[in-house]
Amino acid sequence: MAQPLRTRRDLLRLLILISPSLLWLVIFFLLPLLLVFAISFGQRGTYGGVQWTPTLANYARLLDPLYLRIFLRTLFIAGTATVLCALIGYPMAFFIATRPARWRNAFLLLLVIPFWTNFLVRMYAWLFLLRDNGPINVLWTEGIHAAVAWLAAAIPAPFWEPLLQATSTPLRLFGTDGAVIVGLVYAWLPDMVLPCYAAVERLDPRLVEAAQDLYATRVRAFLRVVLPLTRSGLITGSVLVFVPCVGAYVTPDLLGGARTVMIGNVIYSQFMMARDYPFGSALSFVLMALMLVATVAYFRLGGEGGRGRG
Amino acid sequence: MAEYAVELRNVSKFFGSVAAVRNVTLGIREGEFFSLLGPSGCGKTTTLRLIAGFELPTAGEVYIGGELQGDTPPYRRPVNTVFQNYALFPHMTVYENVAFGLRMRRLPENEIRRQVHEALEMVRLSGLERRRPRELSGGQQQRVALARALVNRPRVLLLDEPLGALDQKLRRAMQLELKNLQQQVGITFIYVTHDQEEAMTMSDRIAVMDQGAILQVGTPAEIYECPASRFVADFIGETNLLEGKVVEVWDHHALVLVDGARMVCGAVPEGVRVGQRVTVAIRPERISLHAQPPGPLAIPGIVRDVVYTGADIRYMVRMADRVTVLVRSPNTGNGSTPHFLRNETVYLSWRPESARLLVA
Ligand SMILES: Nc1ncnc2c1ncn2[C@@H]1O[C@H](COP(=O)(O)OP(=O)(O)O)[C@@H](O)[C@H]1O
Ligand SMILES: [Mg+2]
Repeated sequence: MAQPLRTRRDLLRLLILISPSLLWLVIFFLLPLLLVFAISFGQRGTYGGVQWTPTLANYARLLDPLYLRIFLRTLFIAGTATVLCALIGYPMAFFIATRPARWRNAFLLLLVIPFWTNFLVRMYAWLFLLRDNGPINVLWTEGIHAAVAWLAAAIPAPFWEPLLQATSTPLRLFGTDGAVIVGLVYAWLPDMVLPCYAAVERLDPRLVEAAQDLYATRVRAFLRVVLPLTRSGLITGSVLVFVPCVGAYVTPDLLGGARTVMIGNVIYSQFMMARDYPFGSALSFVLMALMLVATVAYFRLGGEGGRGRG
Repeated sequence: MAEYAVELRNVSKFFGSVAAVRNVTLGIREGEFFSLLGPSGCGKTTTLRLIAGFELPTAGEVYIGGELQGDTPPYRRPVNTVFQNYALFPHMTVYENVAFGLRMRRLPENEIRRQVHEALEMVRLSGLERRRPRELSGGQQQRVALARALVNRPRVLLLDEPLGALDQKLRRAMQLELKNLQQQVGITFIYVTHDQEEAMTMSDRIAVMDQGAILQVGTPAEIYECPASRFVADFIGETNLLEGKVVEVWDHHALVLVDGARMVCGAVPEGVRVGQRVTVAIRPERISLHAQPPGPLAIPGIVRDVVYTGADIRYMVRMADRVTVLVRSPNTGNGSTPHFLRNETVYLSWRPESARLLVA
């Protein structure tokens, strides 16, 4: 297969063989991309639509601090969600990988079962949980409030008063960055767990024993052997989580309320509400370029120490 | 100095209801090349892991250098291990692998460099410092594993079938090399193998294990010459095991009736009684064949098969109706041992001490 292409016939045969996938990519990926790229240099028509007079104004508009802030906030939310996914997903992968073989598949199944439900439904479920009169706040304003009141009556102390006051009003959960992060972590956690699990499962437990045999404590064995050998899973998982989080639109729309806006929401509103296709395209393009650069840089970073895996 | 480098006292290890090691008591001397020998699954690896600290005994005590280990973790025990499939760190170079233990003990970097180079020189791997394990041959990986352990100058080195993954020829060469290395560094080696030939070649003493228990401990010669049980006699080298009944006992000798043939045994344990059912163990090279009966005790037989193996000639001789014995006769080429053909009648004889009477 890896022979050099010697004749025109070889080249022709290769072209014929890859033409279906090539065609698919050109029609459904490359052409729309070029279209978006082209539109991003156009101007919004008076009644929507695109006027094809080339301009860089759309890109210049991106330098507006308003959009810079939204970009930064998007990166912050997506980054936090990714870190949380790693903090939860990596230990989870260890937990599953160290169960007896017959339990492992059951745990993996449990992990993905929630995802048989429609994404929107799951986000609405979080909305229901987090809103002011949702179950969490009912527990807070009734259950915990009553408990604090009871304790205050039993043991008089000065610190009950602020607690009583705090529990008398619902917590502000819905409509915050926190709610969006919770929704994103929930939505993308399996994308972190699965690659981590694959990496952990490949890890030979005897390497940990070898490290301990060579005077490494558990912590040092983890840092010197386990972490470097499972880093590829963490890196793949992080990219798989970070990329969709940066582009998230439904989750911030539903859980972020009117206040929290991520770049996905801006793009949506440019296309669907403001009908400013050129500016929306410019936003999309910059976002894509940013993610591409970030992903490549990240894989490079992981590639260094990750090389030499047996 | 403690009497033993490693001592196990009544050590047992259960995995659930499976007894991997049963009531093992063992003393391994300072500077000794000691082998644990037994078939696969007999508990050799578990015994080693109990010494290294990867498993804690269900009962009994482990002492290293005279100190009770209790639940001391592996990283605080003065032993190092060469693992069954080496367990080299795939993400580190040869140098980093060998330096690992020294780094964990926080030695100064220039001292580490000196010792790593010395260790690599000792196993003849100088120049491969920057390779990764997967870029090495099996034999080279084996040497890295050895250097990685030895560089720490442990009190005891544990080796779990270290040559198991190598081909026959390399294995032979490494056996001698390992033995030389051990004598050179003077470290106590505890060597696990299921290959009796390997254990015989390398060890000062051998412990033969079966089903978690130690059956016999001794020098290779003791184990070979004086097996204490049927299992040991059968496991170590080739042997003829013949079932029979004792008809006469006198002065450490016995006459045993084996399917009609009367055999004289010269190594008879105490307490053997007339009428007892016993096993006679006799090595094939200890039987000589004659064309004429050399004495009144010689047993007649018929040659059923002759196999020429080069160094010696192997005869299958039917001694009685149902008993066939293997006889190995050296191919001296000077006529001192006569050759026989298939279906020839021969007479078998042996020194009485060569026929061992086993009751277990
Ligand atoms: N971690 C374990 N869990 C359950 N059983 C084990 C474990 N380790 C070993 N065993 C059992 O203990 C017995 C001895 O195993 P091992 O020490 O590995 O034998 P060897 O090294 O002589 O081949 C075997 O029956 C094996 O199945
Ligand atoms: Mg083993």
